[in-house]
Amino acid sequence: MTPALETIGIAKQFGAIRVANDIHFRLEPGARHALIGPNGAGKTTFVNLLTGRISPSAGRILLNGTDITRTGEAARARHGLARTFQINNLFPALSALENVRLAVAEHRGLRTARRALLEEAFAHLTRLGLRDDAATVVRALPYGKQRLVEIAVALAAEPSVLLLDEPAAGVPGGESGIIFDVIEQLPPGMAVLMIEHDMDLVFRFARRITVLVRGTILVEGTPAEIAADPRVREVYLGTRAHE
Amino acid sequence: MATILDPLVSILFLGLAFSMVLYIVSVGLSLTMGLMGFVNLAHGAFAMAGGYVTVILMNRYQVPFGFALLAAFVAVALVSAVLERTLYSRLYGAGELEQVLFTIGLIFMAGAIARELFGPIPLPVHPPAMLSGQLDLGFRTVPAYRAFLIVVSFALILALWLGIERTAFGARLRAAVDNRRMAEAIGIDTALLFTVTFALGSGLAALGGGLGADILAIYPGYAVEYLVYFLMVVSVGGLGSIRGPFVAALLLGIGDTACKYLLPEFGAFFVYIAMIGLLLWRPAGLFGRA
Amino acid sequence: MADPIAAALRQHRLRWIEAVPWIIGLGGYFVFSDQLPFASQILITILFALSLDLVLGFAGIITLGQAAFYGTGAYAAGIYAIHVSHEPLSGLAVAAASAALVGVISGLVILRTHGLTQLMLTLAFATLLAEAANKASFITGGNDGLQGIEIDPIAGLFRFDMFGRTGYLYCLIVLFCGWLMLRVLLASPFGQSLVGIRENVTRMHAIGAPVAGRLLIAYAIGAALAGVAGGLLAQTTQFVGQSVLTFERSGEIVIILVFGGIGRIYGAFIGAAVYMIAQDQLAKSEPEFWNFWIGAILVLTVLFARGGILGLIDRLRRR
Repeated sequence: MTPALETIGIAKQFGAIRVANDIHFRLEPGARHALIGPNGAGKTTFVNLLTGRISPSAGRILLNGTDITRTGEAARARHGLARTFQINNLFPALSALENVRLAVAEHRGLRTARRALLEEAFAHLTRLGLRDDAATVVRALPYGKQRLVEIAVALAAEPSVLLLDEPAAGVPGGESGIIFDVIEQLPPGMAVLMIEHDMDLVFRFARRITVLVRGTILVEGTPAEIAADPRVREVYLGTRAHE
Repeated sequence: MATILDPLVSILFLGLAFSMVLYIVSVGLSLTMGLMGFVNLAHGAFAMAGGYVTVILMNRYQVPFGFALLAAFVAVALVSAVLERTLYSRLYGAGELEQVLFTIGLIFMAGAIARELFGPIPLPVHPPAMLSGQLDLGFRTVPAYRAFLIVVSFALILALWLGIERTAFGARLRAAVDNRRMAEAIGIDTALLFTVTFALGSGLAALGGGLGADILAIYPGYAVEYLVYFLMVVSVGGLGSIRGPFVAALLLGIGDTACKYLLPEFGAFFVYIAMIGLLLWRPAGLFGRA
Repeated sequence: MADPIAAALRQHRLRWIEAVPWIIGLGGYFVFSDQLPFASQILITILFALSLDLVLGFAGIITLGQAAFYGTGAYAAGIYAIHVSHEPLSGLAVAAASAALVGVISGLVILRTHGLTQLMLTLAFATLLAEAANKASFITGGNDGLQGIEIDPIAGLFRFDMFGRTGYLYCLIVLFCGWLMLRVLLASPFGQSLVGIRENVTRMHAIGAPVAGRLLIAYAIGAALAGVAGGLLAQTTQFVGQSVLTFERSGEIVIILVFGGIGRIYGAFIGAAVYMIAQDQLAKSEPEFWNFWIGAILVLTVLFARGGILGLIDRLRRR
């Protein structure tokens, strides 16, 4: 089966520093895949390579079998690759509805009737429980809800691949529950790759986990395999693994 | 042979003098842009002020050339430091548009003041007696003042480069241009650094204006008319770079002189196109960082 | 919570108060019947300022060279009238098309860059065109300007008269069309995407917007509108001077828009009217210091009143 997203020998260096090292990665259709690793492992760099914000020094990237290595960020988005940002990257002066509407407009085309765009945007927000916040200006929303709008904007493109960059980051404990729920209800056909530090969320969500350390894949497997792997514990817990 | 060489030497010589003036005026702008990220379109006004101070002191008060230049440097540096502390620093965090508008406002005001005080006509420039006339190089003669200009400019530029590379101040400046937050974190007083750099850059511009009064005529429209040149030198050279604008100034100065000499019907047309082409090839400038 | 969709749709609906400028415009025809040429100038300047509002206020492209398109349109309309046909409407079309062409060519270069370099390039293009117009004096009239422009009656019926009556109504109708087009454009998904690009270009890339292409289209439309304004100038004054391509012209229109309020559409109306009337009254008595005070007010506006006149009105209404 063609992977939804695949990298073949992806590498990136800035001068002498290698931030990504010969990464071979597959994301299957309908995947629930988590990418974890200590700080500075290069996870966000990897996501930026996948989305096209930075271009690789070597290797190839394939989206649903098509080579997108030379394709720009916007074109990849139009081909069904959507992402959320680690820190909210919305249009703060616009309402939640207008934020999502902008994404819907790019997906459906600018000639679509305004009412149709707004209705579709509203439907997306309702599905995420943001119906009553639709008209509120985004910067006036609590951070947890902004995170949800962030996800709604990505979902508006009806992507085949969704990259979530630390969706729970910065969200106070009490509000992170809604984020978990939303992620659980994502369409089963959508391939989802999530970067996260919150291990509860990772183990609840993932059917497959990749561990990235210093730009290289250390190990990949099911949650049980990863939890039991001594190398992973060493990377995260340091010398404790030897006790 | 002589027939080809002769105009070639003229173009190179005059072009080089023009380039030197452009560089000395523009290098301060590159520093300000690179260090403070501030779009100071009024930079040319400081050069203009320097030109006016120098020429007026020489013409009306018979001040010797060297002292007039020194006075211009000091006066403009001081005034610019005051302006930086009181007005410019308020807009450091502001958006590019605000900075552009602010400095355009300053250009308008400076031009109006100059027109009111000195009239609309370019000031007559009389280089000191020993520097006027022709200099005999053996195979041909060249205008003595241009030769002087080239020599003095090289000396100034060398002093500037050594100062930036070798002194503690220069080290701090380079650190802050490279990464301002890191520089602050290791204790560099960036506010003071900004003021001193701004004053230095403006003072240099004043020197350039005074030295180059023969080439870039001193009149109220100075800051507007030559703005494109200064911006071109800085953009093509690379913001924050010291060497980059030097190369850009050489290209622009010699190229402009060559075009005006060889293709007078087209004027500076081709130089603009060449510069635009360079920027298309290297959008961050020749020596800039993306 | 009321229906947010209906509220969002209503946001761009025409309001009654928006009829005011046109009522004033029509009324002016009768009230200022002895100053119609000057009033036409105000209308032309409003259109020019609107073109800049699209580029600067909505697309967020800072330009010091908008006069390049204004001047191109003026010369194009003038040259068309002298060498091809005296018909005014086709002349305006030629002006718009020429300016749009220059806009596309310069936009392809300029929009690849940003920051100071982009700003410099907008200035460089205008300067380049000014140089070209100067050198091509056999067709542009050089320093003396383009003279002897004759214009046929509009639609064969409305002759341009000495008092500027036809000219005024001509400008008013063209301005109305330009304004209407802009209004519709900015309320459309395309216009909203420009706002998106201005507010957060990174996000626009991430949702698949072809940012460069969008900006180029906006830049070209802005150029076309400026070109129409220039064409109106050529046709109503029957003269095109070299000043149409200068930095002074570009800087002035930026100042006018800033004074009125950027990104508000009506900032162009208010800014142009206030500036031109003030200039007419004050610059006569103290021409030297007009520039000084404009510069000073600009500095003060940036420091204390960033939204211009409309911004000040907003602040007062909130009290």
